Amino acid sequence: MLKIKDLHASVEGKEILKGVNLTVRPGEVHAIMGPNGSGKSTLSSVLTGHPAFTVTGGEVEFYGKDLLALSPEDRAHEGLFLSFQYPVEIPGVSMVNFMRAAVNEKRRYHGQEPLSASDFLKLMREKRAVVQLDNKLASRAVNEGFSGGEKKRNEIFQMAMLEPRLSILDETDSGLDIDALRIVASGVNQLKSKDNATIVITHYQRLLDYIKPDFVHILYKGRIVMSAGPELALELEEKGYDWIKEMHNSSAE
Amino acid sequence: MSALTQYIELHDQHLATIEAHAPAALNTLRRQARQALEGAVLPRKGQEDYEATDLNAVFAPDYGVNIGRLDFDIDPAAAFHCDVPNMSTCMYYTYNDIFHPSTTARKVEGGVVVESLAQAALNHPELLHKCYGRLASLADPTVALNTLLAQDGILVYVPAGCTAEKTIQLVNLLNYTRPMMVVRRVLVVLEENAHARMLVCDHTQSTEVECLSSQVIEVFAGENSTFDYYDLEESGPLTRRVSSIYVRQQAGSNVLIDGITLTNGVTRNDYCVTVEGEHAETQLLGMTIASGTQHVDTHTHLDHRAPRCHSNEMFKYVLTDQAVGAFAGKILVQPGCPRVEAYQGNRNLCASDTARMYTKPQLEIYTDDVKCSHGTTIGQLDDEALFYMRARGISLDEARNLLMQAFMADVIDAVRLDTLRDRLRYLVEKRFNGTLANCGACAAACK
Repeated sequence: MLKIKDLHASVEGKEILKGVNLTVRPGEVHAIMGPNGSGKSTLSSVLTGHPAFTVTGGEVEFYGKDLLALSPEDRAHEGLFLSFQYPVEIPGVSMVNFMRAAVNEKRRYHGQEPLSASDFLKLMREKRAVVQLDNKLASRAVNEGFSGGEKKRNEIFQMAMLEPRLSILDETDSGLDIDALRIVASGVNQLKSKDNATIVITHYQRLLDYIKPDFVHILYKGRIVMSAGPELALELEEKGYDWIKEMHNSSAE
Repeated sequence: MSALTQYIELHDQHLATIEAHAPAALNTLRRQARQALEGAVLPRKGQEDYEATDLNAVFAPDYGVNIGRLDFDIDPAAAFHCDVPNMSTCMYYTYNDIFHPSTTARKVEGGVVVESLAQAALNHPELLHKCYGRLASLADPTVALNTLLAQDGILVYVPAGCTAEKTIQLVNLLNYTRPMMVVRRVLVVLEENAHARMLVCDHTQSTEVECLSSQVIEVFAGENSTFDYYDLEESGPLTRRVSSIYVRQQAGSNVLIDGITLTNGVTRNDYCVTVEGEHAETQLLGMTIASGTQHVDTHTHLDHRAPRCHSNEMFKYVLTDQAVGAFAGKILVQPGCPRVEAYQGNRNLCASDTARMYTKPQLEIYTDDVKCSHGTTIGQLDDEALFYMRARGISLDEARNLLMQAFMADVIDAVRLDTLRDRLRYLVEKRFNGTLANCGACAAACK
């Protein structure tokens, strides 16, 4: 579904991604790990079309379409979803209005009628249960005054509402206590199917105990320097990143 | 040349006609206005308190004035469909400058009087004599000009202890085939313990010619009276409006003034509130949404002359395209007014690179024991919030609309009339997404 070929990207003139290659097929879970500053969040921002990042080379194909040519909203309509590392607070915009706009614009993109008010509220209720999101939160302004855990649960709630084909979870585990982590991970697992895929960006093995990856990639200095099965995450947990750095730096010299 | 000259000449040449069609109280003050205008000039752009607006230019075109008081053969109620329906108001119209009690208007209850100043001259001559022109300052040349040419207007009179249960709605319609100036006076007198709410809607139906509406509103709020005044402008790009509201509050009175501009051409709104009695409360609110070349300039002057009063002022602007907004507000706390609490805020969103906002908050405090503050912000739409919404599939336009609506949420929530508040939310949403009918074809387009 997703083919990233030799992707280069920069922000404010500084090159962050220096040739990323990655292929994701339906039903797969990929974990992307790596030390701070290696470009993990840049990769998720570039894939979702954040205007602050400039693609300087390479291509990304999503279900046969040139993803990079699409606007951020059309990427969402095509089924790409990013769970933000730092979900944005939007005072004055209620969760209900926000979600209704998102759901109905997607429906319109696919030539469907907007949901009726009662169908929409029913859908909200149903999907809230996936991450045990309180009704009170759903009736408040988007992320405003939410705790860190509530914000992340709210991200997965939105994912449930929009039913993406590819979800990118950008450090969804950061700032979560162990209970919230379980709820979030269980939400993600409930939404998993053979037709959708997930990219989990994380520093730690911890989340991968709950969301089992099929592949683990290490991103370092803007490139994927190693790919393996789930055992790689355990190895990293034990040995840290230094050996990767050393290996990479010596081979580059 | 001063734009005033042509109107002074019009007055001097046709004084007999003007006076013949106006009540005595208006004619008496007219003479003072004529004197006040001797040597006066209209403010030009850049002058103190007129940093963004050239009033001389606003009055410069050769506007006609209906001094012969010719009526128009039209039923405004039939030609107009209100943007705020289901309010169950007592509805009145001015069609251009002629007052029409609507044929469908329900009788105002409980001794409340709504009538033209011409009728008031017959029914309540002493009241008219005592109140007309007593608050508005002839030192302001636009007020003097209005007084010079005013021939009629509206009186709202709520006697002591009376309550107007239903909102009094006044719809001002402009519909001309050649450039005209409307000269309007509104006099509101609330005696002790009197309670009323007013909704005033300005619409322009003609789309071909420039019109200018000059209005002076005077509000006497007696002891322990309450008064809400909502002023909703939905005029057109060729409409010029110069409006001054003067309020005098006695002890224990509670007054809310809310000026809303959704569509217009060039507007200058002056608010001048004098608080004379203790424990009075004042809410001064405003909301402007301007796009294209709309121009909205607000000037407020809140004069606290009594201790232990509370005032809150909040004006918000959302400007896009080449729109221009201006706000200058002064809070004055006179000597000997302890325990006054007065707050002023002006928050602005410039949602395009070419929109311009001019703002000037001012506090002048001559008593020690007070709480006062002012705050002004000018900002842009939050890029991270926009991207977050787009990443969820909300288009850029829709995301911008949601953010702009959200920005206005608190001033809409401050409206104390439930039906109007709900309706405003809807109108503001329509205004932002571009589906608010411009009022030219009002009857057909508004639902």
